Amino acid sequence: MHATARTFLVNTACLLAGLLLCLGFWILLSATVAKELPTPAATWEVAKPYVLEPLAKRGEQDQGILRLVGYSLALVAKGYALALLVGTPIGFLLGLSKGFARVFDPIVQILRPVSPLAWLPLGMVLFLSTGSQALENGALFTIAICAMWPTVLNTAVGVRAIPQDYLNVGRVLKLSRTQTLLKIMVPATLPYMFTGFRLSLGIAWLVIVAAEMLTGRTGVGSFLWNEYNNANYGNIIFSILTIGLIGFVLDRLMSVVEGRFKTV
Amino acid sequence: MSPFLDLSRLHKTFPTPKGPLTVVKDFNLPVRKGEFIALIGHSGCGKSTVLSMIAGLSDVTEGGIILAGKEVVAAGPDRGVVFQAPCLLPWLTAFENVMLGVDRVYYTATRLERRQIAEYYLSVVGLAEAMHKRPAELSQGMRQRCGIARAFALSPKMLLLDEPFGMLDNLTKMELQDVLLDLWQRDQKTALIVTHDVDEAIYLADRVVMMTDGPEATVGDILEVKFPRPRNRRQLLEDPAYYEAREYLIHFLNERSHHRPAPVVHATPPPAAKPPGGGLKRFMHAFAAL
Repeated sequence: MHATARTFLVNTACLLAGLLLCLGFWILLSATVAKELPTPAATWEVAKPYVLEPLAKRGEQDQGILRLVGYSLALVAKGYALALLVGTPIGFLLGLSKGFARVFDPIVQILRPVSPLAWLPLGMVLFLSTGSQALENGALFTIAICAMWPTVLNTAVGVRAIPQDYLNVGRVLKLSRTQTLLKIMVPATLPYMFTGFRLSLGIAWLVIVAAEMLTGRTGVGSFLWNEYNNANYGNIIFSILTIGLIGFVLDRLMSVVEGRFKTV
Repeated sequence: MSPFLDLSRLHKTFPTPKGPLTVVKDFNLPVRKGEFIALIGHSGCGKSTVLSMIAGLSDVTEGGIILAGKEVVAAGPDRGVVFQAPCLLPWLTAFENVMLGVDRVYYTATRLERRQIAEYYLSVVGLAEAMHKRPAELSQGMRQRCGIARAFALSPKMLLLDEPFGMLDNLTKMELQDVLLDLWQRDQKTALIVTHDVDEAIYLADRVVMMTDGPEATVGDILEVKFPRPRNRRQLLEDPAYYEAREYLIHFLNERSHHRPAPVVHATPPPAAKPPGGGLKRFMHAFAAL
């Protein structure tokens, strides 16, 4: 008990020291080279109405921070779900079939490094026919296709890594193909799949900001861009901190879920 | 009467970069119903290959395996396999691991009956208290108990055990040998165990089949073990015949296993002459060869 309390104190002290160092550097920057950069105090001044009334809705872009985050998260949730629904089966096929891997692996490798900024225009063109929904659908498409790859690749690796022993159990019991898939392959791959899911969520959250900036859809990303245009520079920093914090929380949540499957 | 399990002219050839390698050559063994066979030989001689061919996990290159009048062509639940590592699925409890097979084999039975079958075998192997634990919470010995219960619960025509106790400490090993013999006697199963433990082979088996060294391994000799059943370990250890049998098997492993039995089809080349002397001389020799 004593030891744990002590490590807790040390950890907290280290964290505070890091924060203070960063704040000091920030103050130094705004005082010397970047005169336009608001100080921490000035940043807090502009961010205050968004933080103190997190659910306020004063106008289309002028809303409390939690509302803005909510809009972004809702779109991320949809795009992420799509990525998992499409990515997991593709990963399984890549891992299971040598032929499928030979045909599609090179394509995956070429599409994987493409930036979200490059996918977005294509997404909007694809959904031009949906009219007013084109922006939203394009953004969804971009999130899904960018976030899909870690899920695809990790699932494929996981399927290839299923121990032969487990498959032999299936053969000795003469399980059918579906049963082998559901009772042996999927559970054996789950830890890898969840590693993929977690990385995918990180990417989905990265993409949403870019997508909102370009499409102007209400959310944290477009808020950041609008405040830049309005010369409210403090809110750029505020948005960045918010985005980082949400991303961190999402990652922690996923790693808790992942950890539960790892122990199995 | 034809044997219950008949291995005839069994060959196994693996492709290697240097051309095909015949691991098992012309392996013949008829087994009676209810018989307990132990297959011994040096590590890597091909014992496990023979077992996995009977299990249907490995293809037969040439020759054939007939079990209860039918040729073995694929794996199936009519042969209960106990692997060296227990191979339990880690995301299922001991009970669920056994049920996985029971559900397959007794698909006409009611859910209750199937549960009872799994529970029965788990309690016989001594896992009554721990059957709802996951493999990670069980000791190595308990996991292997579960592996044995899983194999017996399928009510297989025969049991195949691939060095099942190789990874256990001596005390656990002896306990599990007794569990195995107990179940074998209750169910009157034909069994084949692969092992390199001479004492284990004598204690368990009716016949000990000695395999020559690979490649081209085959049956070198067979020893009938005639101790009465049920066997008592203490009585066995006091019996001079036990030590004779032991001596016979060890002699085979040490001396005779290196030679194929007559008639010799392809004489193996004599081993390359080793340079004399210790490490330094050998090093000098190797150096000179450069």
